[in-house]
Amino acid sequence: MSELATGVREICDRSGGDRARMMDIVQEVQARFGCVSGEALNLIAAATGVHRVEVEGVVSFYTFLSGRPKGRMVIRVCDDIVDEMSGMRPVAEAFSQELGIPFGGTTPDGQFSLEYTACIGLSDQAPAALINDVPVTYLSSDKAREIVAALRRHGDPRKLVHRLGDGNNAHPLVRSMVHNSIRSKGPIVFAPFEDGSALRKAIAMSPVEVIRDIKTSRLRGRGGAGFPTGMKWEFVRAAEGEPKYVFCNADEGEPGTFKDRVILTEYSGLLFEGMTIAGYAMGAQLGILYLRGEYAYLRLLLEHFLDERRRRGLLGRNILGRAGFDFDIRIQMGAGAYVCGEETSLISSCEGRRGDPKNRPPFPAQRGYLGKPTAVNNVETFCCVARILDQSPGWFAQIGSRQSAGTKLFSVSGDVASPGVYEYPFGVRLRQVLEEVGAESPIAVQIGGPSGQMVGPADFDRTICYDDLATGGSMIVFGPERDPVYIAKRFLDFFAHESCGYCTPCRVGTELMRKKLAAILDGRGEADDLPYLEDLARTVKFTSRCGLGQTAPNPVLSTLKNFRDAFERRCPARQEGRRAAFDLAAATAEAESIVLEQAAR
Amino acid sequence: MSKPRVATASLAGCFGCHMSILDIDDRILQLIELVEFDKSPIDDYKGFTQRCAIGLIEGGCCNAENVHVLQDFRKNCDILIALGECAICGGIPAMRNTIPLRECLAEAYLDGPTVHNPSRRIPDDPEIPRLLNRVYPCHEVVKMDYYLQGCPPPADAIWAALTALLTNRPIQLPYELLKYD
Ligand SMILES: Cc1cc2nc3c(=O)[nH]c(=O)nc-3n(C[C@H](O)[C@H](O)[C@H](O)COP(=O)(O)O)c2cc1C
Ligand code: SF4
Ligand code: SF4
Repeated sequence: MSELATGVREICDRSGGDRARMMDIVQEVQARFGCVSGEALNLIAAATGVHRVEVEGVVSFYTFLSGRPKGRMVIRVCDDIVDEMSGMRPVAEAFSQELGIPFGGTTPDGQFSLEYTACIGLSDQAPAALINDVPVTYLSSDKAREIVAALRRHGDPRKLVHRLGDGNNAHPLVRSMVHNSIRSKGPIVFAPFEDGSALRKAIAMSPVEVIRDIKTSRLRGRGGAGFPTGMKWEFVRAAEGEPKYVFCNADEGEPGTFKDRVILTEYSGLLFEGMTIAGYAMGAQLGILYLRGEYAYLRLLLEHFLDERRRRGLLGRNILGRAGFDFDIRIQMGAGAYVCGEETSLISSCEGRRGDPKNRPPFPAQRGYLGKPTAVNNVETFCCVARILDQSPGWFAQIGSRQSAGTKLFSVSGDVASPGVYEYPFGVRLRQVLEEVGAESPIAVQIGGPSGQMVGPADFDRTICYDDLATGGSMIVFGPERDPVYIAKRFLDFFAHESCGYCTPCRVGTELMRKKLAAILDGRGEADDLPYLEDLARTVKFTSRCGLGQTAPNPVLSTLKNFRDAFERRCPARQEGRRAAFDLAAATAEAESIVLEQAAR
Repeated sequence: MSKPRVATASLAGCFGCHMSILDIDDRILQLIELVEFDKSPIDDYKGFTQRCAIGLIEGGCCNAENVHVLQDFRKNCDILIALGECAICGGIPAMRNTIPLRECLAEAYLDGPTVHNPSRRIPDDPEIPRLLNRVYPCHEVVKMDYYLQGCPPPADAIWAALTALLTNRPIQLPYELLKYD
């Protein structure tokens, strides 16, 4: 048997040939053999009993998986808007020059590949990049050159880390240069916590009472959609089907969001405790933490803390000595796909499939992972749960605003003096936040990331909560020299790239919107582009299948609404009904060059 | 009052849409009562003689001449209608859009299995309009006002649209006129 065949067999055997563990299998094959080659596809298909095309579908779906060999070291430069504003372009150029390859290329010696990637959750330390699993932050073109020279010398990305970050970033299992940049602490998430304290209180109650407490606290999901957590848990508990599952969504792919990164680094105890309480409340025995591929550098640390909890009787069998209370957590690694943050895609991914969203209903609470009732919650939501049990639902409910209880973590980045994570009570005024983060004469703020909305100064006195300016946590601030149309275009680039392609309105619509925005930026806009864009955006919003397509038009709609001038200036009425975007000279250039070549013969 | 004028053009199309105009059968006599044809293959006027109320465009733009004709129509017509799939989306000719122009021409004039071309030249006489890099639907070149779908749109749909526009009534195209299976 070839080395590949033995290797793949070994890897598949370890997961019992279970097709649901396909993500683990293909990631391991790639780690060991550099890519998942055509031959590897055949071998995996045979060992797991699925068609080759299903394995291929998985490999081709995720950005971090590849069917072709890549360099031993893959440099992924984050091309998020915030990185661009912080000087990513010269950095990218330096990498490209120094390596002598364009983006998308691999050096002839097979050592390096160079790529762009969507937001890697380090907007507070931009420009940033990932080299294999290792994040490198605060890049400059000089640093990029040094990095390439050093990697040429020793070939080990981990050796690039000279000065360690704060807190657990310096933990021997992490050893990363990333900083937490916690800027303001509140009473709920960023507060001291003693492992086990909340769980003890939970098991002193019945599961139904725990859910009642969560409902009394008026906790709503922190992942963006804001669904009442207690109600979701009640659905899962009541749903038919065993076993039940608890999922933690740590995919954190919304550009400009990085608060879950900080929780995972420093407050995983709170998170795991929340998940365990969820297991108790819903009668689940397995929890899965879906960790985005970009955060792979935190994996060993998280595994370590999970082991520790097992040792201390906070996970595993008969938790805290309570007979029959069994619950454990495993980590499922993602592989670079924003849509996998959508809960049904996340479940597909955990089932070892492409991260395609599923039709709803049935909702995951009815039929989720492997067809069983599943509660999916955000990282921060679980932290709130633990704190609610630790303190009390009443204590929690009186923090924040009337409709929105508790605090919210904001990931603040862009044109501000102090980017980082801030914990604020709900109901805080945007203006206050902007002052405290050191935003100087901002012209626009993207609330809730690209899928949220872009607001201007007229909205700065609004409050941040579920009923006014809702947010999953991302807050990108733009200063006076930024261009709202360009920003919208960059966000649409992102959505067009991340669309899973299943439904036409989203797949085609995002592409049409970004093309139109590009034409407008190019000086080829015209008056009726604006109603066209509005119309198209609404169509995509109403006809797309999942949350990605339903929110992808938001940058277009909210900038058109709040920054109309910036569009109108560029979209004058054109003479004689000609389309400004059509350029006859460009359209005939190829034919002309063929003619010229023939004439020269 | 003089009759409203109608112009038509076939760009990158197969003339099937024009056939469909003729397919209104003896209603063409009614149409003649109602309108005067200006620039059109139907009467073979090569240029516009006056401003027109309606221009009917068959086919998209595959070469520079198509673009000039379409721009000329836009300049001379109050209302422009994209008639049929080719005008609306590029249609059959747009099947070449996924293949670079250079490869298309090489296949057609140099390398195709049935090609006999001893000069090994791709036709390049200045009289032949330059091809565009791809086939463009009309609305990407000029502003279009209406779209009549079908390949070709049924004569009854053309008739209904024209008469409604000319008599200033709302266009009503019942489902039966627009369903093709
Ligand atoms: C395209 C897309 C991406 C998403 N990404 C995330 C994410 O990274 N993290 C998250 O918690 N929720 C994300 N969500 C929301 C989840 O679908 C789901 O609502 C959430 O995890 C539920 O948890 P919660 O109720 O605790 O907020 C995303 C939704 C969509 C449509
Ligand atoms: S809306 Fe977009 S991401 Fe969602 S299913 Fe459709 S194509 Fe996929
Ligand atoms: S739409 Fe159909 S009938 Fe009309 S020109 Fe195109 S191919 Fe011919």
